[in-house]
Amino acid sequence: MPASLFPPAVEILRVLPEIILTLSGTLIMVLEPLTGERPKTFLGFTALAALVAAMFASALAFAQPGEAFSGMVVVDGFATFFRLVVLGAGVLTVLSSYQFLTREGANTGEYYALVLFSVAGQSVMVSAHELIMIFIGLEISSIATYVLAGFLRDDQRANESAVKYFLLGSFATAFVLYGIAWVYGATGSTELTAIRAAFAAPQAGVPVAALASVAAALMFVGFGFKVSGAPFQIWAPDVYQGAPSPVSAFLSAGPKAAAFAVFLRVFTTGFAPIGHRWEPLVWISALLSMTIGNFAALTQTNLKRMLAYSSIAHAGYVLVAVTARSDVGTAAAMFYLAAYVLMNIGAFAVVTHFSRRGERYQNIEDLAGLGATQPLTAALFAIFLLSLIGVPLTAGFFGKFYIFKAALGSDLVVLTVLGLLNSAVGAYYYLRVLVVMYMREPGEAAAGVPPLAGGLRATLVLASAGTLALGIFPTAVLDFARYAARMAR
Amino acid sequence: MLLNLTLWLPAAGFAALLFLPRGKDSAVRWTGLIVALATLALSLGLVGGIPSGEAGDRFVTDLPWIPSPAIRYHIGLDGISLWLVLLSTLLTPLSILISWKYIQHRVKEFYAFLLLLEFGLTGVFVARDLFLFYVFWEVSLVPMYFLVGIWGHERRIYAAVKFFLYTMAGSVLMLAAIIYLYNRTGTFDYGEILDALWAGRVALNRIEQMALFLAFFAAFAIKVPLFPLHTWLPDAHVEAPSAGSVMLASVMLKMGTYGLLRFCLPLFPQASRECAPWIVVLAIVGIIYGALVAMVQPNMKKLVAYTSVSHLGFVVLGIFSFTQLGADGAVYQMLNHGISTGALFVLVGFLYERRHSLEIKDYGGVATAAPFLSAVFLITSLASIGLPMLNNFVGEYLVLQGAAQVKFTWSVFAAIGVILSACYMLWLYQRVFYGETPEEVRARVRDLEPREWAVVIPLVALMVWMGTYTQTFLPKVSAANRQILQSASYSRQIQVRNAAPAEVADAR
Repeated sequence: MPASLFPPAVEILRVLPEIILTLSGTLIMVLEPLTGERPKTFLGFTALAALVAAMFASALAFAQPGEAFSGMVVVDGFATFFRLVVLGAGVLTVLSSYQFLTREGANTGEYYALVLFSVAGQSVMVSAHELIMIFIGLEISSIATYVLAGFLRDDQRANESAVKYFLLGSFATAFVLYGIAWVYGATGSTELTAIRAAFAAPQAGVPVAALASVAAALMFVGFGFKVSGAPFQIWAPDVYQGAPSPVSAFLSAGPKAAAFAVFLRVFTTGFAPIGHRWEPLVWISALLSMTIGNFAALTQTNLKRMLAYSSIAHAGYVLVAVTARSDVGTAAAMFYLAAYVLMNIGAFAVVTHFSRRGERYQNIEDLAGLGATQPLTAALFAIFLLSLIGVPLTAGFFGKFYIFKAALGSDLVVLTVLGLLNSAVGAYYYLRVLVVMYMREPGEAAAGVPPLAGGLRATLVLASAGTLALGIFPTAVLDFARYAARMAR
Repeated sequence: MLLNLTLWLPAAGFAALLFLPRGKDSAVRWTGLIVALATLALSLGLVGGIPSGEAGDRFVTDLPWIPSPAIRYHIGLDGISLWLVLLSTLLTPLSILISWKYIQHRVKEFYAFLLLLEFGLTGVFVARDLFLFYVFWEVSLVPMYFLVGIWGHERRIYAAVKFFLYTMAGSVLMLAAIIYLYNRTGTFDYGEILDALWAGRVALNRIEQMALFLAFFAAFAIKVPLFPLHTWLPDAHVEAPSAGSVMLASVMLKMGTYGLLRFCLPLFPQASRECAPWIVVLAIVGIIYGALVAMVQPNMKKLVAYTSVSHLGFVVLGIFSFTQLGADGAVYQMLNHGISTGALFVLVGFLYERRHSLEIKDYGGVATAAPFLSAVFLITSLASIGLPMLNNFVGEYLVLQGAAQVKFTWSVFAAIGVILSACYMLWLYQRVFYGETPEEVRARVRDLEPREWAVVIPLVALMVWMGTYTQTFLPKVSAANRQILQSASYSRQIQVRNAAPAEVADAR
């Protein structure tokens, strides 16, 4: 029938964000050679426009929620929440990249196209309701980010970073794929609700529980890598340190949020019936991530490396919420990821701004006296750092509060206490940055900071406004997260 | 409304100062001072609204802040909160005045942080929602961290970070306990939680109660600071600029004792009683240890800092005596310590501004060089010792009597602290103000100037007033304390009554 050859309009609408992103990415690739030697500013704006348009498209698609393409993609609150998060991460990344790329002499259209492709992949991941789609989204997102990590071809560190990320990343993806194979073998399906049904009511004679456990373990390895949770976190410090700063910001935000979305969706929907089996695994991983991340960050001298370890610790906090295995836990993880995208991209944007050409200044000590030479940058950075510490009235605090509320709600008392003590440890290394910035006399590095302008200024202002808004009036986002969390069951 | 204005005016002042252009130091100082004085005037208006001899919150504002989890902007004021709020609104303008000349570096931020600190401290004392309380508790931490870290002395950074981390480690445990209470009762509203516990709708078993009590207690005991958790205090006090030391000693330490009295006792009466003997021992050790260590300090600020450990021991002793007298004395002693130790830090700051040294050995014969300064210092020292007719006497007496009602030996040991306080204060006074006047002291130490008089006069007046006419202060405090103590014992009866049906069932 001709009607079935072409999907109905509403199904197209449900993947409109991805269509916009992919087409715009391709358009930028086509426009890139045509512009020749002329400035590429408008390509950045095109990417920005595409991301904003995709945000509107997500909202529009959410007006008519439902499945598309025979259940491969689902547009529900959960998908929409995470679509907006990864698109927001994309917007902030593009904004914070423009000056960086100009400065490094690498302002080409490919960069923006790759960001768009990566975001498109993440958008597919978060709205997929089927393991193969999840895998495809993961690959689209990952391959683009591998290239982004090594985008500065002449930079050795960036090359090292890209190769490491690629090798370990593809290894981890293979685990996911293998896990999918086991699931399919055990249940005969790759659709999440069907998988849950099969696990909940196993057929006689099939050792479903054992098969499911192996599958869950394999997929946990893959997702654990993508979210940089311990013990699969080894790659993160090297990659984050070597990659261009705006890319590090992006890596720690978008792909991480998307990977957590998939993690939540697969484990709380598909693997829900064997929840008691994977819970101890995630429990240990959460504790290890928090502890390793925080304690390793204590001794770092390089700001990017410190933020990398801190991002491991923050992955640990989100894993605490996953361990809770409840709607509140899912909502808490969602809220925290939204908060984390804002505060972490903000913090990395300060590094981008401060480090200057060739990223010369990325040691914590270099920031000495920034509070005196550039009070606005320092004040905004202070907001991000306080939020990462978890001081009230910032998004980071409310997120952490809600995570541990969820954890206590699920009787994870020990994990909560250890997690909160961890966050007190974490305060030390963020404070050290504040100390250097505000309590030292300006050094050579802080004296010559260029004025904060353009895209970076916009990034910092947007991210800090968001951080404070989520911290003081979390209701709107929290309500949406809570509503959406029910969709992940 | 009046309470809201008192609370939010400093916050508005903070924002206003941030938007003032850099370099206009004079405008910054005057703005800060005017805001702080206006806040003080507003807070004085609160006194009339708290009737003597009646418990319960006045000036209540209860608005939803975050609908779910149900967090409310619930503030109120009773007899205890009233005086602590007044203490912070009084000491903020005085802190601004003492920093007038001393702070010449990054002036705008300094006064902005002072006002933010006032906002946080006031908030802690008026919050009636546990989440809101925690928010203010942490918010007050940030400006103090910067005050110590940016404008302090040589080892300021170490002191600031230590201060932050100590407090943070304690308060995260409290946060866990607050969340736990929420999960059990479904509300952060302090009154509602108490109602739920009293009415037996939510019963905490013994282990729960003990764990929660210890979590709250950890946060408060670090802040007080109770021996042996006091090690952050000498560092922070010594390294802070004068205004920081004053606010820290006078107001911030009271957050801890206030928390013990307001939250620990009514929420966890049984655990409080079970732990009381241990806590009292720690308090008494702190009283004597603080005094002994103070005696041998070569540094004036450090000496005063250790006297705080000693004096705050009295407050904790009073609270955990579970007697009306003890609790009244504890609250009175919080205020006294705020006034007299605050004044000591102010005066030490004055000496430092002149001689640029905190070492006792660099001084001598100041009495000849600056007679009025010396006279004020003497009055303050005597007040701190606990001389009758001056403020500390009343508080210490009440605490000792309250403690004696429970166990006479407690009072005996605590009284040793009073004797020791006379030793260290008088010895300090003798070494700094009497004897030979070194050339440097003669050349540099001038007497009080009008701005400095404006700071010390209200403090000295209060020492005399609080020492002679307690009627102004105590009745309001007593009423609030009576309610707290009642609730601390009432819930015990309830639990006994709850146990009754089981026995009946057994009998059948």
